[in-house]
Amino acid sequence: MADSITLKVNGVQHTVRAEPDTPLLYILRNDLKLKGAKFGCGQGLCGSCTVLIDGLNMMACDTPLWAAAGKAITTIEGLGTLAASHALQRAFIAEQAAQCGYCISGMIMTSAALLARNPDPGIADIKQALARNLCRCGTHTRIIRAVQRAARELRVRP
Amino acid sequence: MSAPAKLPGSLAANRRLDRWLRFNADGSVTIYTGKVEIGQGVVTAMAQIAAEELDVALTRIRMVSGDTVLTPDEGHTSGSRSIDEGGSAMRYACAEARHLLLQEASKRLDIPLDKLAVEDGVIAGLDRIRKLSYWELPHAELLNREATAAVKPKPAGRHTIVGSNIERLDIPDKVTGAPRFVQDLELPGMLFGRVVRPPSYDAQLTAFDADAVRKLPGVVAVVRDGNFIGLVAEREEQAVKARLAAQRAAQWRETPLPTDDSGIHDYLQSRQTKDQVIFERTDAAAGARAARTLEARYTKPYIAHASIGPSCALARVDGTRVEIWTHSQGVYQLRYDLAGVLDMPPDSVIVHHVEGSGCYGHNGADDVALDAVLLARAVAGRPVQVQWMRDDEFAWEPYGPAMVIKTRAALDAHGAIVDWAFDLWSNGHTQRPTSVKTPGKVSSLIAAWHLEKPVAHRPQGDPPMAGGGGMARNSPAMYDFPNQRVIAHRVEEMPLRVSALRGLGATANVFAIESFMDELAAAAGADPVEFRLRQMKDPRARAVIELAAKKAGWKAGAESDGTSGRGFAFSQYKNGYGYLAVVIELGLEPDIHVKRAVAAVDVGQAINPDGIINQAEGGIIQAISWTLKEQVRFSRERITTLDWETYPILTFPEAPLVEVHLINRPDEAPLGAGEIAAGPVPAAIANALYHALGVRIRDLPLTRERIAAALA
Repeated sequence: MADSITLKVNGVQHTVRAEPDTPLLYILRNDLKLKGAKFGCGQGLCGSCTVLIDGLNMMACDTPLWAAAGKAITTIEGLGTLAASHALQRAFIAEQAAQCGYCISGMIMTSAALLARNPDPGIADIKQALARNLCRCGTHTRIIRAVQRAARELRVRP
Repeated sequence: MSAPAKLPGSLAANRRLDRWLRFNADGSVTIYTGKVEIGQGVVTAMAQIAAEELDVALTRIRMVSGDTVLTPDEGHTSGSRSIDEGGSAMRYACAEARHLLLQEASKRLDIPLDKLAVEDGVIAGLDRIRKLSYWELPHAELLNREATAAVKPKPAGRHTIVGSNIERLDIPDKVTGAPRFVQDLELPGMLFGRVVRPPSYDAQLTAFDADAVRKLPGVVAVVRDGNFIGLVAEREEQAVKARLAAQRAAQWRETPLPTDDSGIHDYLQSRQTKDQVIFERTDAAAGARAARTLEARYTKPYIAHASIGPSCALARVDGTRVEIWTHSQGVYQLRYDLAGVLDMPPDSVIVHHVEGSGCYGHNGADDVALDAVLLARAVAGRPVQVQWMRDDEFAWEPYGPAMVIKTRAALDAHGAIVDWAFDLWSNGHTQRPTSVKTPGKVSSLIAAWHLEKPVAHRPQGDPPMAGGGGMARNSPAMYDFPNQRVIAHRVEEMPLRVSALRGLGATANVFAIESFMDELAAAAGADPVEFRLRQMKDPRARAVIELAAKKAGWKAGAESDGTSGRGFAFSQYKNGYGYLAVVIELGLEPDIHVKRAVAAVDVGQAINPDGIINQAEGGIIQAISWTLKEQVRFSRERITTLDWETYPILTFPEAPLVEVHLINRPDEAPLGAGEIAAGPVPAAIANALYHALGVRIRDLPLTRERIAAALA
């Protein structure tokens, strides 16, 4: 039975009608038209669907709608836009830290959660934080540099 | 009538200038390229080339790529040939367009051609008073002609946009989540489709309760056609649930595979083969100096593309017209295959390229396009998006083929290689859709093989050596051996579906050559780098070998401390494309891992140096992942690699920081960078392992279990 469920996404309340066990990812992408989080595996094993739920990086493909109800959800669209970008988004452009870019939204969201809890992460911290985000193109070196660059910027101008 | 002029690259087959560029009323220029973005940055590189030759700001360029209505047919975006074929065509087309516009301006302004200059599309005399912009000239009329390639493009010395680190055009969308991928594309009234593949390649559907699926919430259509099953639903999660139900509602009769993952290499060597001498050089006198002979056998397993995003396509079928949005590497070739399967004229099939997840060769992109058409046919007029689930992707994508290589070489008393024999076994390395007519109806697409009236499999193919080769790519060693004989044994039977994967045969062939070179260096008591240089004449090869060694701080004769090792390897991709030499530093605790990778790269003229470095870094990391972790698993029953747990790839904690040093040669031809790391990296890792522990592992992947077995 489809239910009406209220979600707070990027600061805005939305009411959606769907089965409560619907993966949050499909609600974000198809109902709210937020295409930044991607479907990669549907099993919480690749990280391309990562969003923030109450500030924690979570995989939206295996988070059911009911579990996200009432919580503050942030997607990459809510992190920043081209006109008003987040330090991580600027850093990923500056370092050209993408090849195909399919994993990048998840990389940035996981990194956003990392920087919120550790403003000065070392390389080992960044690698550990991103351990569950897979990148097949091999952009790891640049992604690490981008996270370091964003961290530096945020420490100077939080 | 004289023969038409030979035109460079893809211009030869797409000769009209207005096929390549058009000037728009808003002061922009649209550039049409048949080469597509697959994560390698080529569309940005094409924009740079066009802006450079036209003398317009990059911001005026609008790119359109891979479209059967709008763009030239440039074949597949593959084989590191895009800049060579498409870039050269673009360069000549734009240079000629600029010249035609200048000629016209010269007439109108009454200023001689050599007294005109162009700045951002404005043609002006030296007085800068008399001027005309490209957009004020009858550009459409001027470009309405065939190219002649008579106008020489700019010399490298005058380049300001080509050769610069221009930021990729696609990255801003990707870091802000703007819809950019085919997976993100949404058309009005769109439905969601999923497919239910058989449990193994040749399984036959014996029973299917379609009604059990039809009655599920949101299900709009269930399609069963022979062994093909698919369904369409209003919502994506409904389609996913219906797929699970359909899997339960289907019964199959399976046929066993002829071997499994542990037996595949013996299997390949025991089959009927088609043999071809790839390279032969003889010098009996030198051969007679042989003092010591070494032999070895190297293997590579099947490797998966394993893109992060499963394959996806959209299709809409309106009466007799089919329209498809796809991340295929070759929209025209896909169209030709689809038209054949659907019994339609190719002109009624319209194919648009939209970016997909990283593409490293022939993956599921083409297959899922046919899936989408078959499902869209069932919901007349409404567009259907089909994305494969993770297990569809792993079980059905065409893998990079398993290979076996046997080597034998002889050293003379002075430690020089005087004889070299190299035999390789593999399936062919391509089964892509092509536009080439075949006697009977064939298809490269999975669903076509599964229909009630099945279409035959396209026979396995292998690119000829003239185009860089497939299974035998890079099999002739580039070293200066007086005797060398290379034979390719193509295996006719194909236990698993295979096609082109980044590097094709070069991965296994260079792994074998460069591992064996180390074995020979050790036998000759020589330093691996010095041993290679001794037998290498090509100055550009020597330059990358020396630069990589220098940047990595390579010290001849340095001993391992038993906890780490360093290894070297080199190749020139396709023996005629980009050069890459790499030093790998390997750590052993807590598990075998690459600590550092230092590479030197020469791909001739660098259109976008940072883009090349990005591609080389990525190629190195991906090849590290192949080497240490990857192997498609299969039993006699079926493929058992189905998810990231059964097919782990390199993770962040396991990935080294990679250093790439570029030798830019602006006056040399630009060569692709996408595949140059595929061969050397696996060998450099095996060589580093030998340096660390004194064990030689000749079977990929180089796992902890294999090392333990070798040490025991």
